[in-house]
Amino acid sequence: MSASSHLDVLERLSVAGRVEAIRTGKLNLVSATSEYFLCIEDSGLNAFLALLPEQALVMATEVQAQVKAGQEKPLAGVVLAVKDNIALKDAQLSCASKILEGYVSPYTATALQRLIDAGVTIVGKTNLDEFAMGSSTEHSAFGPTLNPFDTDRAPGGSSGGSAAAVAAGLCTASLGSETGGSVRQPAAFCGVVGLKPTYGRVSRFGLVAFGSSLDQIGVMAKTADETARVFEVMAGLDPKDNTTSPTPVPDCGGMLGRSLEGLRVGLPQEYLADGMQEEVKGAITLATKALIKLGATVEACSLPHTRYAIPVYYILAPAEASSNLARYDGVRYGPRAEADDIIRASRQAGFGAEVKRRIMLGTYVLSSGYYDAYYLKAQKVRRLIRQDFLDVFQKFDLLLTPTTPTTAFKLGEKTGDPLAMYLSDIFTAPANLAGVPAISVPFGNDYKGLPIGIQLMAADFREDLLLNAAAKLEGLR
Amino acid sequence: MSEYNVTIGLEVHAQLLTRTKMFCSCEATYGDAPNTHACPVCLGLPGALPVPNKAAIEMAIKVGLAAGCSITQQTKFDRKNYFYPDLPKGYQISQFDLPICVGGGLEIRGGWGTKRVGITRMHLEEDAGKSLHGDSDGTLVDLNRCGAPLIEIVSEPDMKSPEEAYAYLTEVRRLVRWLGICDGNLEEGSLRCDANISVAKVGEKLGVPVEIKNLNSFRGVERAIKYEIIRQSEALERGEKIVRMTLLWDEDKGETRPMRTKEAAHDYRYFPEPDLVELHVSEELIEATRAGTPELPWVRRDRFAGMGVKADDADILASDKEFADYFEEVLEVLTGSNPPPPHPSIEGGDRAARASRWVVGEAMRWRKELGEGRRFVVTAQATGKVAALEGEGKISGIAAKTVYEELARSGRNDPDVVVKEKGLEQVSDTGALEAAIAKIIADNPSEVARYRAGDVKLKGFFVGQVMKAMGGKADPKATGEVLTRLLG
Repeated sequence: MSASSHLDVLERLSVAGRVEAIRTGKLNLVSATSEYFLCIEDSGLNAFLALLPEQALVMATEVQAQVKAGQEKPLAGVVLAVKDNIALKDAQLSCASKILEGYVSPYTATALQRLIDAGVTIVGKTNLDEFAMGSSTEHSAFGPTLNPFDTDRAPGGSSGGSAAAVAAGLCTASLGSETGGSVRQPAAFCGVVGLKPTYGRVSRFGLVAFGSSLDQIGVMAKTADETARVFEVMAGLDPKDNTTSPTPVPDCGGMLGRSLEGLRVGLPQEYLADGMQEEVKGAITLATKALIKLGATVEACSLPHTRYAIPVYYILAPAEASSNLARYDGVRYGPRAEADDIIRASRQAGFGAEVKRRIMLGTYVLSSGYYDAYYLKAQKVRRLIRQDFLDVFQKFDLLLTPTTPTTAFKLGEKTGDPLAMYLSDIFTAPANLAGVPAISVPFGNDYKGLPIGIQLMAADFREDLLLNAAAKLEGLR
Repeated sequence: MSEYNVTIGLEVHAQLLTRTKMFCSCEATYGDAPNTHACPVCLGLPGALPVPNKAAIEMAIKVGLAAGCSITQQTKFDRKNYFYPDLPKGYQISQFDLPICVGGGLEIRGGWGTKRVGITRMHLEEDAGKSLHGDSDGTLVDLNRCGAPLIEIVSEPDMKSPEEAYAYLTEVRRLVRWLGICDGNLEEGSLRCDANISVAKVGEKLGVPVEIKNLNSFRGVERAIKYEIIRQSEALERGEKIVRMTLLWDEDKGETRPMRTKEAAHDYRYFPEPDLVELHVSEELIEATRAGTPELPWVRRDRFAGMGVKADDADILASDKEFADYFEEVLEVLTGSNPPPPHPSIEGGDRAARASRWVVGEAMRWRKELGEGRRFVVTAQATGKVAALEGEGKISGIAAKTVYEELARSGRNDPDVVVKEKGLEQVSDTGALEAAIAKIIADNPSEVARYRAGDVKLKGFFVGQVMKAMGGKADPKATGEVLTRLLG
């Protein structure tokens, strides 16, 4: 059975191919879904915090029947894993934190609901750094996720569970969330495609807030095609999220395959810094050549305020987080510490060290007397960083950079040095600060066999350009 | 004891009468079972996001324009961070440095004459929940109120006495009720007031401001400020320093007590609410709101006075939009009474004065006496009709009051029928009058002789006799004329 299992059939097909195979009966989605659960059990990666076999089988059964009855379910056959900071009704929503242990969401996030309506099958909730604060998934209160390429290494983070699950074939696509690179960085470490949409493109309603002005739900999958199909369904205006944009969402999946002839690609010099792993640098050189071969022009350019991105990020994101995480007080939900001061005791017991560190940082930069020097100044620099991008996109359609300075690091390598950990977001955080869309595409491996990710960035709402170029580049591997 | 200058500023929170809450679609209603109007947004559940309520924004613009404020067209919301069990998100969405309304002021009148109290700002925010400090169950939290829309109206420190503060608060209450944006109930908390008071010796610079909270009645505001002025001036007299702090007013004990000192004051760490985009208030919205604003109370009061309504009555009628509207309806009935009033006295000013007498003297008296839940017990139409019957001379003033009492007590609104049932129409038929008067002249020869000899004061005696004979239904004017003619 295993050689021609339903799962294998499903994995070999494109998203559109799966819908067709379900319709004609060549693919049994219910059987394939059950096989995924066996794989997850066997994987030993700790990619999932919760499995949802009952719900998944109900979804698969319903969707299969609907497709056979001729209903349009463009995402039937997409087997989805969801980062456990995105709300799904009647499923746990732990954010990998003790403070939300046992909490079950009474509602579903808008983006996720759109995917459910389009026919996805959700298999479980994936591991993450607590409240998405981290770059290795080691800050999960429920143990780290292991990198499927080398289980001594981190899968990246914070969406490490979602990246590892796709890479290990435990699902076909997954949702992660980004604040400073939490989709792209683990996608690079685990060798999958990871898209961070434009800020305001995908509703944040139901995404547990970390840094509200930076957060976006992102997609991970093995191909640009599947990433595009999932993205285009969940994107678009949501009356429940005041920050979503009414900009129409194009048929990104249907538009894949366009020629790159005449595409203007910029190579920001600030992203080719010293201290970068040689093979990563090499991947950029190869990608440049590939793009030129595909008809694009590639030229050096500059984003002069790049070096302020990490300091600005680590002022603004913690500032917003310190306020966003104030609601976890043990009063209405989550474990409550019995004490005279319930709020203080519950928070002391419920939050991990990294979360506490960021709450303190954020509280400090918003305090009276420090606000102007830190928060306000960081806001001003953030505008300069965005302006850099607006300027450069006058001349270029896409920017090409590495996603991370190195391939996956070892578990425990950076947990003792928060600053070193923070620097793994050095190439990804600028896009969050500027709000522009970005994608990480697997592009070769280092000599240890670890995947290398390259990053493409585009102007606001041009995810279609990113996905199209990603599809071309992944074809070269 | 030295003389002291008192400086008072008020912060008034008014709960806006929107259908739904400030940032979610839960109903903003009160008095239902606890926690029945709560959703992921106002409960602060993980992942929930706020969406601003347009009606609340329009109400804020409305009251801002009415108070002469300028509207901040590029405004925004901010987070005010503090921990409290009845504050689910751990922050309140409010407005910090770009409040929706700035500047403006309200005029207050009293023994000091007329003065303007400046308004610094008005801003929108969401309410917190309610903590119920029980004995056996510990503290319980009801979040029905949580997220309800509030506007905070901050005055300049322009008031100099408890009376002025009282008058200003009354004016704020009148305005928000007038505009229909708040029901203005201090006791139930739909209007809340905090006072900032500083006391300094005359000639010295401004004193240290002290804030008093928990002022939940008009009397409480006045008493608390009085108490605080005495406390502070006595302390200064003893050479003590006033410490900047927040006090709680204890209504039962009639005293203030410290809640927290400046040192323990919160650092609210305000910052722009990242879940909401900046709010642009368009010129069109401002103009549409201006156009939809009713004639303002002070404008209406002056118009009433200009129509011939007594100044005191005009004040009363313009104290509440319901009274003013009622008055205008009564006046309309009176003016349009058909057939056109034969009586020369029902014209212009007299008509308005008559209408206001009926509204202030009768309609409002019976409303107070019988109107459960503060409602008029006689419709404006019926009140106007009675006033017209009286004005046209169809019934006497005494009869009119009898009719009105009947309407008020029975809840009927058909004065014509009541007049007929009680047989109260005035007799102005000169034939019937002449017959009655002839009989009276015949029956009272000595009085007639004295009258004719020049004792004109006896006219009253004859009028009384006529009224008695006619059972009170004689038209006094016609009676006088016939008497004069027949007595010679």
